[in-house]
Amino acid sequence: MSNKSEKSRTSGFTDLSVRKPRLVDVLLSVVAIVVIWQVVIWVSGVPSFILPGPSKVALALLENAALISEHAWITLLEVLAGLALGTLLGIATALYIMMSPIAQRLLMPVLVLSQTIPVFALAPILTLWLGYGLSSKIVMTLLIIYFPVTSTFLDGLHATPRGFLDLARTMRASRLTTLIQVRVPAALPSLASGIRLAAVYAPIGAVIGEWVGASQGLGYLMLLANGRVKIDLMFAALITLCLLTILLRAVIGIVCEKINDWAGQTP
Amino acid sequence: MPLDWKSISGPWDSGLAETRSSLEATAVPGLTLSGSFEFSGQVLFSDLEFRLQPGSWTCLLGASGAGKSTLLRALAGLDTGGKFSGTVETDDREGVEDRISYMAQSDLLFPWLTVRQNVSLGRRLRRQRVDESRLDQLIFDVGLREHCNKKPAQLSGGMRQRTALARTLMEGTPFVLLDEPFSALDSKTRSEMQSLAYRVLKGKTVLLVTHDIAEAMKLGNQLYILKDNNAINHPLPSSLPVRDVNSREALEAQARLIGALNS
Repeated sequence: MSNKSEKSRTSGFTDLSVRKPRLVDVLLSVVAIVVIWQVVIWVSGVPSFILPGPSKVALALLENAALISEHAWITLLEVLAGLALGTLLGIATALYIMMSPIAQRLLMPVLVLSQTIPVFALAPILTLWLGYGLSSKIVMTLLIIYFPVTSTFLDGLHATPRGFLDLARTMRASRLTTLIQVRVPAALPSLASGIRLAAVYAPIGAVIGEWVGASQGLGYLMLLANGRVKIDLMFAALITLCLLTILLRAVIGIVCEKINDWAGQTP
Repeated sequence: MPLDWKSISGPWDSGLAETRSSLEATAVPGLTLSGSFEFSGQVLFSDLEFRLQPGSWTCLLGASGAGKSTLLRALAGLDTGGKFSGTVETDDREGVEDRISYMAQSDLLFPWLTVRQNVSLGRRLRRQRVDESRLDQLIFDVGLREHCNKKPAQLSGGMRQRTALARTLMEGTPFVLLDEPFSALDSKTRSEMQSLAYRVLKGKTVLLVTHDIAEAMKLGNQLYILKDNNAINHPLPSSLPVRDVNSREALEAQARLIGALNS
């Protein structure tokens, strides 16, 4: 559709997540960052156990590829599981709130109040309750993305154009049918932007969980490397984490675009 | 017969719609609304009496904010933000609630549904079986056969409003409430839509809310003016719609109408 590209062009300047960067631009800025990084090291003479140069990090990345990918796989697993569960739980909560006026009255304040708890502060408790394995990280990830998904979807469900609801009313649609066939499809673009947000937050949850107590994962590897003054390995793990997040964000972005195309709307 | 028909000649101009409409027309009841209407403590209408003649077009004309849409929404059982106390009675006493279809200024097409799916929306929302052959016929009648699998974003404004018209027809209800359905269209498309709508809705009890004097002149069998908290019946030319708004008769009637509106 021709008006789609036009729309994202005009609205893109306020929302970084909507604008699609060109690949050339991305590569150029990555090269620029690497160059600046190298120059800073040459000029300042920082020792490599404080800040290793790009070549050292690249070498560490290659030498420890097997180790890093093993830990990356664990982190990815935690992120994906947390993302899936958090999204499902968020969707279910929003739908439940829409269906039940009592839930709307009782659950909404709890949801809003729960946002005053810094979720990171829960990490030690989660580790205490759920142990050092994957589950504590998955729950951490889930908790971080649960609220953004729930609230964006709920906002979308409340923002159904009034005319659509009027029409459904004159057609004698039941409350449940109106929710499923009118409100939900109309709210899919909002849900999509919630999931996009979640894809960026999710790795944070997993890594925090790993920092607090784990025996696997990129967060664990970073702490381990730090303790042994293998700063190049630490940076290699960090860069892997960034790449993982970017990849996840890209895949989710494509899925969300498909959803928006189907819903006949552009964000 | 209306002059505008030439401009909408096409595959759908088959006369089939008329045959079917006149068959359905046999038992269409009229509708009477009487009562008063309060809006946040203020009386908008008191002792209003307002009748839709069976099987004909009643136009409700008034300035913006006169309460035209409020009345229509009250009839449709939609939220008006005000309080209506009175009765809505049909000639056959069978109630009005599930026998109304509604068309608004905005086409209200669901962007995620195709033309076909939008036209059959009522059935889908009531979880009823869709009569495919009737659906095909209606889409054909409004000239959208080639576009029936497109989504609304791929259609022009006129095509979108024709889809909305077909969706209204698909409901097959005796009462049709139109809330300024043509006012967002450009003048050529509007003229085509008016003639098409009049033709396909023939035989139904139709209420058309509008602020367009020429439109009321063109399409009304009866005309009410909403003014000074009341609905006043205003005479129309004796000829039948769709009238040529540039005819001498229509222009004279229009002048009287403008006089009545401004008095």
